[in-house]
Amino acid sequence: MNKEVKNKLDEILLSHNNDPTLVIAIMQDIQKEYHYLPQDCLTYISKALNLPEAKIYGVATFYENFSLDAKGKYIIKVCDGTACHVRKSVPVLEEFRKILNVSEEKPTTDDMLFTVETVSCLGACGLAPACTVNDEVHPAMTPEKAAELIKELKEEARK
Amino acid sequence: MMKIRTREELNQKQREYSRSLKSQKKQILVCGGTGCVAGGSLKIYAKLLELMTQQGINCVVKLEKEPEHDSVGLKKSGCHGFCEKGPLMRIEPMGILYTKVKEDDCEEIIEKTIVNDEIIDRLVYHDSNGVAYNKQEDIPFYKNQTRIALEHCGRINAESIAEYIAEGGYQAVAKALFDMTPEEIIEQITDSSLRGRGGGGFPTGRKWASVLKQTDPVKYVVCNGDEGDPGAFMDRSMMEGDPHKVIEGMIIAGVATGAHQGYIYVRAEYPLAVERLKIAIEKAEARGLLGKNILNSGFDFDIKISQGAGAFVCGEGSALTSSIEGNRGMPRVKPPRTVEHGLFDKPTVLNNVETFCNVPPIINKGADWYKQYGPENNHGTKAFALTGNVVNTGLIEVPMGTKLREVIFDIGGGVKDGEFKGVQIGGPSGGCLCISATENHLDLNMDFDSLKKVGAMIGSGGLVVMNDHNCMVEVARFFMQFTQNESCGKCVPCREGTKRMLELLTDITEGRGTLEHISMLEELADTISHTALCGLGKTAASPVVSTLKYFRDEYIAHVVDHKCPAGQCKALVNLIIDPEKCKGCTKCARVCPVGAISGEVKKPHTIDQSKCIKCGTCMDGCKFGAIKYE
Repeated sequence: MNKEVKNKLDEILLSHNNDPTLVIAIMQDIQKEYHYLPQDCLTYISKALNLPEAKIYGVATFYENFSLDAKGKYIIKVCDGTACHVRKSVPVLEEFRKILNVSEEKPTTDDMLFTVETVSCLGACGLAPACTVNDEVHPAMTPEKAAELIKELKEEARK
Repeated sequence: MMKIRTREELNQKQREYSRSLKSQKKQILVCGGTGCVAGGSLKIYAKLLELMTQQGINCVVKLEKEPEHDSVGLKKSGCHGFCEKGPLMRIEPMGILYTKVKEDDCEEIIEKTIVNDEIIDRLVYHDSNGVAYNKQEDIPFYKNQTRIALEHCGRINAESIAEYIAEGGYQAVAKALFDMTPEEIIEQITDSSLRGRGGGGFPTGRKWASVLKQTDPVKYVVCNGDEGDPGAFMDRSMMEGDPHKVIEGMIIAGVATGAHQGYIYVRAEYPLAVERLKIAIEKAEARGLLGKNILNSGFDFDIKISQGAGAFVCGEGSALTSSIEGNRGMPRVKPPRTVEHGLFDKPTVLNNVETFCNVPPIINKGADWYKQYGPENNHGTKAFALTGNVVNTGLIEVPMGTKLREVIFDIGGGVKDGEFKGVQIGGPSGGCLCISATENHLDLNMDFDSLKKVGAMIGSGGLVVMNDHNCMVEVARFFMQFTQNESCGKCVPCREGTKRMLELLTDITEGRGTLEHISMLEELADTISHTALCGLGKTAASPVVSTLKYFRDEYIAHVVDHKCPAGQCKALVNLIIDPEKCKGCTKCARVCPVGAISGEVKKPHTIDQSKCIKCGTCMDGCKFGAIKYE
């Protein structure tokens, strides 16, 4: 692990007073930084917090928001809550997957630009069907708007 | 920021801020809820600020204690509720509600409404008959509501403690600290018959009394903001729109039970709620309304925010406390109950956001006032998130016992794109209400006890409206998939049982179902609900049981006739080509992966049903919309 990463981790740990009960918050901060939980980071905080690696792995794999795999630059989350579901969110999800050639098993594109996943209710039910791109909500989606969105994001990435 | 050290200083501040607020000639409240923010309301806010500054209008974004006459107050409020028509903007004192506001409308709004008191007809709400409603209170969506928990949502600046104080905020804390004993507070809450708004409906007063009884010196107050039910966003709106009210309710719970530390557990999907709560806690601390020796009463209380990381089961009490402790959020066997052994194994008051929001008004106005709403033992109001296929989606609050018909037709404006079929209430733990051959739930009172009688529950308050194009078997399958996904895996009935039930339901929706599938579903449902460890598992089968009870015909149609009456289950419907619309371009025949389509050029094509795999490729490719589900 390079020095920069180590410093970052120390900074995160310190902001939580090295408190082992705050391990979830610490991992959230790590994920915010790297978009996933790199294995060596987890080993490092296991030592710092004096928690077994198994316990940290257990917590990391229990919660849906934690990922042990690297994700794309743009994380697209399609809401599959009830309201979105009855207002046809599945065709939107299918469109994203078709355009980007990804699937449930392989959610990230090879160029590491996009990750497509589903999310349980975003609470934006009034805007159903909704999706988010890096936490920005896009309301009232359709397959056509999905295609448009990918085009825009690709252009933005090229800049 | 000046500390408020005594009750007198709090009263003094209330008078000052209230005077300043009243001195504002106009107030513009731009909705800053998640829904409207997604619709661009923050850009509208910025544009208004920019334009008013340019034009030399005295625009006040922060409430000071000195009155500023002829000023215009501009603020980001919490959710106004009418999400369907967002971004929303309310203008005081006229009480105008502008709907679907765009950035380009800002100039006209300032010129006409702010400067010249003119109403812009194009922006006010028009009903389906074209009738315009200038005042927010006259719109049917609002007219039939009673707002207690949501009282301030959309009415005050969600990030301003000064405005909350101006509206009488923290007075209930002062009253609880100085005029009441813990026993009197609990008596007041018990007498109001306030019941937990998170789903179970457990009497709040009784819960608090159990915690007060505990002799352990360390106790906790935990606020459950892990609103995971798909289709529910009441708690989110309260945390975003009126965070101080949540805090105030928690402090009162602390005073009543002798706890000095509070935690708010917010799910990770609600970043805006976390941000607003953080701001509110910081401001309350800076004012001395949280921390040591609140209002010189000798009572200390602190609040920390704990963020979830995406696990529905954490809405269950023991799983939630386990998650705050930094563990996997798994429920444990009860008893001992959370009131005895809760967070960090200490006695804990655990209530839902909406429950806490009902506490300050009850303390301020008394239990008798509260009891004027709702039927016996079900007093008060309930917030519902009205979503799905309904004309007016949004956040509403009505007295307990309001009829479903009023909610869907009077407030919700009726069913969208079809006929009313039913509502799913209470999320994955709840059931369906419907009109069928034997039942008519439209005239059912919506309260804890009446819903329980028909096998449904209020749950946290998600109401998803279904029309005749929604297949109820598919809805049951959807919920089972949700529960199966979210099962923590600790107990066998839930972990394995929901998996088997999901397989059975998938078989039915994909055309492989038999009558035996239905009886097996019923047997599994019975076993799981009797043997699962926690509430998630115990109620996992509810959507299936309830749809089987009220929509058995639909299940039978799937397994016996191999038909989906709603036309939603792809495997059970046939794709056909409309000979009227087909131009014979041959595109479908070329794209069909199994060669099921044939026909001559420029003549209507046909699909060979024995070959068709119903993939829908032909339908997507047809430029004339000639291919459809039968």
